[in-house]
Amino acid sequence: MSAQKTERLLNLVICLLSTRQFLLKDQIRAAVPQYAECPSDEAFDRMFERDKDELRDMGVPLRTGSNHAWFDDEVGYRVDRAAYALPDVRFEPDELAVLGLASRVWQQASLAAPASRALLKLRADGIEPDDENLVGIEPRVRTSEPAFDPVYAAVRDRRPIRFPYRTPGSSAVVLRHLEPWGIVSRHGRWYVVGHDRDRDATRVFRLSRVAGAVEPIGPPGEVQVPAGVDFRAAVAALAPLPHRGDSVLQARTGACHALRRRAVATRSADDGWDELVVPFADPELLAEEVAGLGPDVRVLAPDDVRDAVVRRLSAVLDCHPLPQGVR
Amino acid sequence: MSQAATERLSRLLAMVPFLSRRQGIPLAEAAAELGITERQLVKDLELLFVCGAPGHLPDDLIEAEWDDGHVYLNNVDPIARPLRLGVDEALALLVGLRALADVPGLHDRAALDRTLAKLEAAAGDAATVSTQVAVAVDGAGGRLAEVRAGLARRRRLRLTYFVPARDETTDREVDPMRVLMVDGRWYLEGWCHRAEDVRLFRLDRIEALTVLDVPADPPPAALRNLSEGLFQPSPQDTVVTLELTPAGAWVADYYPTEQVDVLPGGHLLVRLRVADDRWLRSLVLRLGGAARVRGPAGLAEAVATRARDALAPYVRT
Repeated sequence: MSAQKTERLLNLVICLLSTRQFLLKDQIRAAVPQYAECPSDEAFDRMFERDKDELRDMGVPLRTGSNHAWFDDEVGYRVDRAAYALPDVRFEPDELAVLGLASRVWQQASLAAPASRALLKLRADGIEPDDENLVGIEPRVRTSEPAFDPVYAAVRDRRPIRFPYRTPGSSAVVLRHLEPWGIVSRHGRWYVVGHDRDRDATRVFRLSRVAGAVEPIGPPGEVQVPAGVDFRAAVAALAPLPHRGDSVLQARTGACHALRRRAVATRSADDGWDELVVPFADPELLAEEVAGLGPDVRVLAPDDVRDAVVRRLSAVLDCHPLPQGVR
Repeated sequence: MSQAATERLSRLLAMVPFLSRRQGIPLAEAAAELGITERQLVKDLELLFVCGAPGHLPDDLIEAEWDDGHVYLNNVDPIARPLRLGVDEALALLVGLRALADVPGLHDRAALDRTLAKLEAAAGDAATVSTQVAVAVDGAGGRLAEVRAGLARRRRLRLTYFVPARDETTDREVDPMRVLMVDGRWYLEGWCHRAEDVRLFRLDRIEALTVLDVPADPPPAALRNLSEGLFQPSPQDTVVTLELTPAGAWVADYYPTEQVDVLPGGHLLVRLRVADDRWLRSLVLRLGGAARVRGPAGLAEAVATRARDALAPYVRT
């Protein structure tokens, strides 16, 4: 059934590209076999209207007009050939190789099909890519978040949206209203940047925290994207804290490699232990890392890091039973 | 259904110009270039064969031949030029190119800039939206350039590599196969002579790297399909159940899970496969009470024992 429809649409495109004159609806109906088979005028009208919309959605420049300046009572149709065709552009073999790499960025993501179709179009000249200078370095992005497709579509079509959002550090889900400006992948996660209508301010949302359906709440084109917003910078601004101080730790010899890599001073202490000086920005983050290393590390200073480690480990002990008979 | 019809029409309109400039291309090669199966390609050719200009006399129809295993297309004049790039198509390539521009030492920067400029011009209006989508790529320090040198010269590498899950550093020799950026991180995929298998190494965990004067000779092993992500669970993995408080809920976002249930009161019950118990034990200690091991019991006890041992020096003083 779908094959029949593809066949009909293809015949329609060819028919409207082959004519220099505007074709009247009756002429089109006679020219495209699948229309000629339509049982009634109404059925044909409905089908033709839908087909026209779908071709326009695909980017086919369908024009309407009349062949006679004096009789404009019945409109005809044709496809603008100049606007239809990809502009004459010639890519060199090394440029085609780069384009191939760019399209493979999306190989495992939702834009895989448009990316490879675009590449085919640009290779229509018959020139083959020269991969000689590519050395097997392949950036890839994935779009595993279910919210990617609808949020991407909203950014592209400039439509405001609403979505349930799980607040960081809490399981509470709140409905948010956003005018999306841009969508950015950073460290493997997608973020949407835009004007938050609830807060009346610029906000960044992580797509993996979208906890349900993304729904448009306005027509396409309603969102005005302010000029000069750096979306990458807005997302990057979610990142690191300044240096706050130095901690003094004892690490078991042969363990705690990640801490040793950041240590600004190391000396051997008691038997089987080394003393490290490790700079930190956030005492809680350092305490988290230290707690994860268990009995292979001890905090000597400062007190707030030490207390945070003790608090974490005690909390773990509170909710996990020791083996029978151990104390 | 209608989505499928226009999706296929888009493919056909891109395929016809491509194939008609490559008359006689072998069927298998054409299918591979188009990213479809041979069976699908034959179906597409069968469809083209019955379409054509108005009149639908044999002379008006598209001529498609593939009987001898080579593809020939004729009488395609009206659709011999590709349809101009749609917004999604232009955007995918432009965003991809700009991501490549962030990769240090990827290749000749001049070719990339020329390509971007030409594509922006060819895409016209469709290029506008592409500035609203970005893929940020990190440079991975100087490691990428070093690994690239080894790859380009096909030389074996000696790595000092840190494995946080086991808190250990090992030396190994690796024949590089390719470098991938997956989920925002750079990985070297190569044949590890120590493991005698293909392994992935995160570039930011390589502590030292030497390009050896030994030719790299990775066996022609199939490159892994990474579409499901880098972590491919194995049947030997332990299945662990964790209860997460809201403060620990990020774990469900961050690591691949098999199942996530919301418990009354807002806690999450998460099931995940774990290749190395030490990694999980460390994760639970880090979370400081925001995660509780609900099973297996042996793991919960190991966590408790380790927490008690870690607390001991603070209790004594």
